[in-house]
Amino acid sequence: MSGPTTPFACRRHLGWCLLLLCALWSAAAHALSPEDAWMLAEGDTATRIEALNRLAVSDSPRAHELIRALAREAVQVQSQQVLIVDNGRWIDASTGAAVDGTGAVAVMLNNRLRNALELSLAVLDLFDPDPVRQQAAAQRLRESQLTRPDPVLAGQIERALSPPYGQRLAAPARQALEQAQAVVWLGSADAPQRVAAAQVLAELAQPLVRNRLAEQLERESDPAVQQALHAALASIDRTLALAEVVRQVFTGISLGSILLLVALGLAITYGLLGVINMAHGELIMIGAYATFMVHALFQQFLPGWFEWYLLAALPVAFMAAALVGALMEHGVIRWLYGRPLETLLATWGLSLILIQLVRSTFGAQNVAVVSPQWMSGGIEVMSGLTLPWNRIFIIAFAAAVVIGVALFISRTRMGLFVRGVTQNRPMAACMGVNTARVDTLAFAFGSGIAGLAGVAVSQIGNVAPDLGQQYIIDSFMVVVLGGVGQLAGTVYAAMGLGVVNKFIEGWAGAVLAKIAVLVLIILIIQKRPQGLFALKGRSA
Amino acid sequence: MTDMTRPDFHGINMPSKPLFSRAGWAAMLVAAVLLCVVVPVLNLWLPADHALHVSDFMVGLLGKILTYAICALAIGMIWGQAGILSLGHGLFFALGGYVMGMYLMRQIGADGVYGSALPDFMVFLGWTELPWYWALSHSFVATLLLVVLVPGALAFVFGYLAFRSRITGVYFSIITQALTLAAMLLFFRNETGFGGNNGFTDFRRILGFPLATAEMRVILFALSGITLLGCVLLARWLLLSKFGRVLYAIRDSESRVMFCGYNPLPYKLSIWVISAAMCGVAGALYVPQVGIINPSEMSPANSIEMAIWAAVGGRASLIGPIVGAFVVNGAKSVLTVSFPEFWLFFLGALFIVVTLFMPNGLAGVAHQAWAKLRRVRA
Repeated sequence: MSGPTTPFACRRHLGWCLLLLCALWSAAAHALSPEDAWMLAEGDTATRIEALNRLAVSDSPRAHELIRALAREAVQVQSQQVLIVDNGRWIDASTGAAVDGTGAVAVMLNNRLRNALELSLAVLDLFDPDPVRQQAAAQRLRESQLTRPDPVLAGQIERALSPPYGQRLAAPARQALEQAQAVVWLGSADAPQRVAAAQVLAELAQPLVRNRLAEQLERESDPAVQQALHAALASIDRTLALAEVVRQVFTGISLGSILLLVALGLAITYGLLGVINMAHGELIMIGAYATFMVHALFQQFLPGWFEWYLLAALPVAFMAAALVGALMEHGVIRWLYGRPLETLLATWGLSLILIQLVRSTFGAQNVAVVSPQWMSGGIEVMSGLTLPWNRIFIIAFAAAVVIGVALFISRTRMGLFVRGVTQNRPMAACMGVNTARVDTLAFAFGSGIAGLAGVAVSQIGNVAPDLGQQYIIDSFMVVVLGGVGQLAGTVYAAMGLGVVNKFIEGWAGAVLAKIAVLVLIILIIQKRPQGLFALKGRSA
Repeated sequence: MTDMTRPDFHGINMPSKPLFSRAGWAAMLVAAVLLCVVVPVLNLWLPADHALHVSDFMVGLLGKILTYAICALAIGMIWGQAGILSLGHGLFFALGGYVMGMYLMRQIGADGVYGSALPDFMVFLGWTELPWYWALSHSFVATLLLVVLVPGALAFVFGYLAFRSRITGVYFSIITQALTLAAMLLFFRNETGFGGNNGFTDFRRILGFPLATAEMRVILFALSGITLLGCVLLARWLLLSKFGRVLYAIRDSESRVMFCGYNPLPYKLSIWVISAAMCGVAGALYVPQVGIINPSEMSPANSIEMAIWAAVGGRASLIGPIVGAFVVNGAKSVLTVSFPEFWLFFLGALFIVVTLFMPNGLAGVAHQAWAKLRRVRA
């Protein structure tokens, strides 16, 4: 640790001293000597790491720039001179002067050095004015201390926490850094410090922390510390258990909302026509490929608006699937009314043709659909539980689609006709409803919903010609379980299946969970052959 | 063709009618001679360059299709005669196949790659002894029984639950599809003792005789043919009896049959279980001929394809599904070789064309043509 002064002290000097004096002084403190730069760039790894640690805590901006340049592998050397490459030009690392570096060679990095560099960058980021970067850096250092405790790093953390630097830290970064320090304290010889560490770490519910605390408990002899460790472990266990339950409920709801999206259209068409549309999965696939096309068009012609291609994909996918659905209804399904088993086979034939059409057009391989930036990452709702944004968006999207469908069915004139035909076709026809037109439009509407589901599934899985096949049986199960004629039945069935599936998955694995759910449905059907939420009486 | 192709839809067959007309018996006899004498002779004793020689490949293919035809018959029997469309018969077919497959695995003995008495896949997956459910798999007699009993028992339990709560129509079809999907997922698992996604293969012997010989191929072919004829006889006998009359009635109006004082459950359950057992037998004949059984046989797509065999041929008759199995699989073996891209289009179009324009399948078309011809003559 070199610098006897700090940036704060330096500013005080600036205020008080003569300009010349100040310039002389700061030049001395902020300088990066060519020897130091050389030690960092060349030599054996241990010496370079030592130089790195020393320079990382110095106050020299030149040194920091050199470290950052080294991390992005933009450092070269020629005849005892260290150069930073920037946009094809060279500057001298210690003076900042432009020099000619033709013939300079890049310096080598090994993995050990890269790890050390990454931590040094984190230490540098702690002093960044941006609180988000501070927090990320602090978390990075905390992880590092948990996995591989390092005394040098511990010193740097302590320095960053102590005044005057500590005051510049934002609260979240400060908390993470204090936790990192607590990890070090856990091994200290001072018992009260260990108690304090246990108390701080109790807030950090992570399996790694839990292991570290349990390790310490095994070799701990001081009763007060033991008690604190027990309390911390219990607290972490509680939080972890809660996080696990919340996570399972969330993934269950997330799965449920996907099931809901894929089954909603099917529930409409099955409720209305009493036929099972085996090509429903392929309508989802068409929605996903429509998303892919819009995605490709934006990539090609509107790269500036790429982040928002999903908004454009929604109407395109809806229309594409609705159009195919309307054609299917008009060309095939209409001619098979009253023969549901034959309809089932004919729509299966349609699904084969659609799969092969897409395969011949786009190829049998998966196509890559890149999610927009705003859907990546997640939100940390509690310690040890991060919910991914794309799942959250899909849940919100499913909710929006359900509300849209509910409004369409309950508020519009067309929705009234659909309800009428679903409940009593001959009577609706007698009242002057053009049932054939209602059939086509409602079928197109249900298909369009499948297209919207395609947009959603394109964001979470592979887009391939046989994409629809993996969803079709699941969506049937939702419809079978929920019964027809009521939107709410579909919603409950989808959410119930999703959550139950994820909970069984938690202790029995994915495949057994799926089998258990199928068996469960077969058993439930025993009691309620028309589904759990079917309308009762003659209207059903 | 004889009057076997006549759709039995309208209850014109009186119970007192003999099982087959004279022409019908003659046709059965011709079929039996063809399967047991003519094809074997043409395959084994004619030189390979002779014009009438039936190649080994052709015998294998026909033998395979004969077992498919048994499945098609089984599906036609329940769909055409009892109105139950199963989309899960591939499961019963595969179960019969797995029972036979395990017997064939045990026949390998210690000749496997690992030289263990256990089948190779079990050694590979770290099993030290046979699980209890394979205890009888060394015995050929037990295997023959289980080929019928395992699919039959599963069909009984499932059918009892489904028919008792009067699940019919598309609901029933969808649930059978879910059943076969669940079974496929289960069989794909390594720890369930069914060989995981590789299934059973590398068979060498059956009853101590080597499998990969021309004679064995012909024997299995003839056995498949004889079994098919036996199934036709059984189905014909069942459907001409009083039992068959009640089934037709249930198909046409289940509620009315109930009001007449019949309980449809035993009728539907019996024909369902018999149909499943037939498929199990077909699977057991299929496995030694193709030399492999794996969970993909249970995929829902396979079962739906079986239904289309029956639909193409005409599910209302007994001969129709058999013809359908030959037509569709013949087309498949030609098209998947010469135009692989085209096959799914063809199959998809077949589903649509048959359901839209040929509700009684080829048998219906033949029947209409025959009736027209008679009118013209008269």
